[in-house]
This record gives sequence, C-alpha cells and structure tokens, in this order.
Amino acid sequence: MEKILITVTAISSISGVLALLLSIANKTIANYGEMKMVINDEKEYTVDGGDTLLTTLVENEIFIPSACGGKGSCGYCKVTVVEGGGQFLPTEAGYVTEEEQKEGVRLSCQCKVKEDIKIAIPEELFNVRQYDYRVAQINTVTEKIKHLHLDLPQGKEIQFKPGQYIQILTPTYKGNSEEVYRAYSIASSPSKTTGIELFIGYIPEGICTTFIHQFLKEKDKLTVVGPFGDFMYQETDREMVMGAIGTGMAPILSIIRHMYEHKIERKCTFFFSARTRKDLFMMDELLKYESEMPNLTLRFSLTRPTPECNWDGDTGRIPQVMDKYLDGDGNNMESYLCGSPIMIDAVTEVLLKKGIPEEQIYYDKFS
Amino acid sequence: MIEIHPMVIFFAAIFTNNMILSNFLGMCSFIAVSSEIKTSLNLGQAVTFVLTFTTLLNYFVYHVILVPLGLEYLRYIVFIIVIAAFVQLVEMIIDRYFQTLYYALGIFLPLITVNCAILGVSLFMVIRDYDLFQSLAFGVGSGIGWTLAIVTMAGIRQKIKKAPIPKGLEGPGITLIIIGLMALAFIGFSGIVQIQ
Repeated sequence: MEKILITVTAISSISGVLALLLSIANKTIANYGEMKMVINDEKEYTVDGGDTLLTTLVENEIFIPSACGGKGSCGYCKVTVVEGGGQFLPTEAGYVTEEEQKEGVRLSCQCKVKEDIKIAIPEELFNVRQYDYRVAQINTVTEKIKHLHLDLPQGKEIQFKPGQYIQILTPTYKGNSEEVYRAYSIASSPSKTTGIELFIGYIPEGICTTFIHQFLKEKDKLTVVGPFGDFMYQETDREMVMGAIGTGMAPILSIIRHMYEHKIERKCTFFFSARTRKDLFMMDELLKYESEMPNLTLRFSLTRPTPECNWDGDTGRIPQVMDKYLDGDGNNMESYLCGSPIMIDAVTEVLLKKGIPEEQIYYDKFS
Repeated sequence: MIEIHPMVIFFAAIFTNNMILSNFLGMCSFIAVSSEIKTSLNLGQAVTFVLTFTTLLNYFVYHVILVPLGLEYLRYIVFIIVIAAFVQLVEMIIDRYFQTLYYALGIFLPLITVNCAILGVSLFMVIRDYDLFQSLAFGVGSGIGWTLAIVTMAGIRQKIKKAPIPKGLEGPGITLIIIGLMALAFIGFSGIVQIQ
C-alpha cells in the first residue's frame, strides 16, 4: 500500500513540477504580448503574438484556404508577408517556389507572429466566413452524385459570385481520424443568400466524399468556409462556351441560374458529357432554362451509350462535340470549364484551335 | 561503478558504440532528415544538445529521486516526461531569445522529442551504472556519434542523388541498405575501445 502511495505521489509531483515550469514558461517566455497586424495597408488588427499567422488570421475571422489544417502539408495557405514574420523556414521550402520566396510569399501555418507584421491577401478573402449550415435535403441524382441543400441559421447570409467554391470541414468519423477541408463548387444562384446547393461525387476512399455519402444525414450540421476562387462569371458581352463533366456542372449551373434570374441574353452554349443516360442529371431544370432563354443552347453527349439509353443525340467526349459545333469568331468568345485536369487540357486544346485566346478561357480543375 | 575513464566512453560512444550504427536507435529522424548535409548537421547539433542536457537531468532525477525512494522501475515513464518537458522548454526559450539558433535547430526540436536515441542514452546510463562524468561523456559522445552518422549519410545520399537506383529501393529503401553498409564499416573501429 505504502509503495503504491509513494509511486503515485512521486510520478504526480514530478509531472506536476514540470507542468508548473512549462506553464510559467508559457506565460512569460512564450508570451509575446500584443502585436499589430496590418492587412493590405488598410485594415489594422491588434493580435496576441506567438501563434502562427494562420491561427492569428482565423482568430480575427479571416479565412485563408487551408486543406491540411495547419500541418504544413498542403501548401494552400500562402500569404504575402510584406514586413515581419521572420526568416523563411525549411518546412516551407517544399511548397513555395524560389520566385515566390522573393516576393515574400510564406506558408501562413508555419510563419509565426512574433513582431508587428504587414501582410497582403486577395481582397475577396475578407468576404470569407465560417458558416454552420444545417443539411436541409440530400438527393441522389445519379449513382455516384449526391445533391446537397444546406440552410444557414436564421439571420445569416452568404455573399458569393457565380462560379466560386466553398470548403467543407469534414469531421472525424469511424475510419477517419483527422479533420480536413475539401473544396466544392456552389451550384445555387448567388441571389439565394440563405443557403447553398452542392453536388458531391463519390470517390472510393475519399475522406470527405465517404463522409457525405455514407455518414451525413438530413438535419445534421455541416461547417463550411467560403467563398473562395477566382473562377466566376465575367461581366462582358462575349459569347459564352461552357463545358463540364460530372459534378463540374455545379459552378456552370450557378452561372446559368444567375443569368436566368437577371435575364442576361448573351449567346451561350453549354456542353455536358456523361457516360450513360443515367449519369445525366438536373436535366429538367436545364431544359426549362433552354426553352425560356432564347440564346442558351445545351449540347449533351454520352461517351458510352448502351442500347437501354435509347440515345440518338451526340456521342463522344466534349472536345469532339465542341469541335463539331463551335464556329464563329473565337476572339469574341469566352469559355468556362469545370472538370478533371485531363478534360480541361483536352478541351483547352480545341478552344485554342478555334481561335479563343488563352486569357479568355477560365477553368476550375478538380484534383 | 565500473572503472572506465570518461574519455574512453566518449570515444566509444562516437565510434564503436554509435547510437545509430551499432544500436540502431533514432532511425526515424535519421532517415527522414538525411537528404541534405546542412539540415542534417543542424539536426545533429540539436540532438547533441538535447542528449547532453537530458542525460544530466535524468542522472539527477534517477539518483536523487528514484533510487532513494526505491522507484527505479519507474524510470521509463519518468525519463520520457523529463525529456519531453525539457525539449518543450528549450524550444520556447530559443524561439524567443535566440532567433538564429531557432532557425538552425529550433524547428527540429519537436522532431526529436520522441527520438529513441535520447531515451536510449538515459537508459544505457542506468543499465551500465555510469557515474556523473561517465554519463556526461556518454551523452555528449553519443550526440556527436549520431551527428557523424547522419552527416556522413547525408553526404552519401547527395552523391547518389543522380545514381540509377532501382525504383522500389528509392528513398528509405536504399538508405537502410547504406546504413547497413556503414554499420559494417564501423565494425572496423571495434578494436580501438570497448565499453560493453
């Protein structure tokens, strides 16, 4: 009995003393006091020093894209540090190119705020917020794609541009021990500010897609950060050429809905291809827009039609279909693409051949 | 106490009883950070520094607290706590007051909190019944030995960067083979001194 007591006392007092030492050190040595953070030369914040730049920004409700949650393994959280921030660290070297280093680009999850700091971030990131959505509805639109309707709590709103994306914070679940952010394009129109719609495709062993497809239920809560991205509808008069496969329809649908609501009558062709007829989705809504918008043309194609599809439309992938139908002055066209890197590269090649200048081709690659 | 001069232990820890090449301890960071000479040298310095001080600290904790209370069997958990707390404290201090040092080795400190070479040295010190000076020599020597091994390794890895290594062996695979060859080479030193 005595032995047990001595053991417990000894271990507790050793740990206690060390814990006391460490917490004193944390209060004194690691306490950097208040620092000044200036963003884009205009907004000024007083922040607690000592934390990483990413944490400091999040505490001030500025959300930088980050997929790994500050472990220095995704390289998304780049920020230009104009002044302060200390020396460039070896842990950043894998993600920041030498050219970027010269411009002062840092990984905000590695660089610490230990002195007054001046940084520059894209203006639209000020608009980024963290939202707690409620899952209103989950529809299965094809075998592999779920259509999510998310509602914001009352009184909250989200402002975004058609084409932008949000990130879902995937919680831990059985089989996944870390929280990760994954990006999905918004499919709903920006005019609806109280909720968003997303298309989420199933990828075997994908952390977030597995969560959405197997664990998420209606009425659950879902944490979303956004909006992000510079892929968005451009206010010009050019003819629009849009192309998407699978869930890549989301940002395009958002753009079409936006155009429908604002009665924008630009000439616009939307190319969408899928494997079989069963993989085409949202058709009723799209066909309604086609009949009501005089200048919108839809070009669906199937890559692997089976006899049951009963398909007499176009077959083949988007590049072939575009090659067949696109003509006119390429200089006066602009293109919006959303799909896998292979699809984007193949389509871009065709568009360039048709004379559309590279800077008028906008795309969102999923990787 | 066994009568071995501390200097003998010091050299033995570097050459004949090298932590990596004869005990295969501390392999994780050894394999992960041995691709460049400069960073591996910094990591080696950090290991040497932490080894020296944790060995001393653990010597006192063991002989002043654990032995009088008859709690020698608690040494594993106590050593681990002491090492972790010490590394944490050192990181805070150099992060605050020694910026250049922080950039050179501070960022490696979290990596070596759980380096088994460091726990290994403290445990060997107890098993072999070293006195204070022998322990100190053993700690410093092991650190230098570890540094020597990782820097040599990094040198070799830089040399073979362009070599046509079979795909399956790239990275850690070939590194393990090289460590094996280095360990064989270090057997050549074994005639100089022996401490076991």
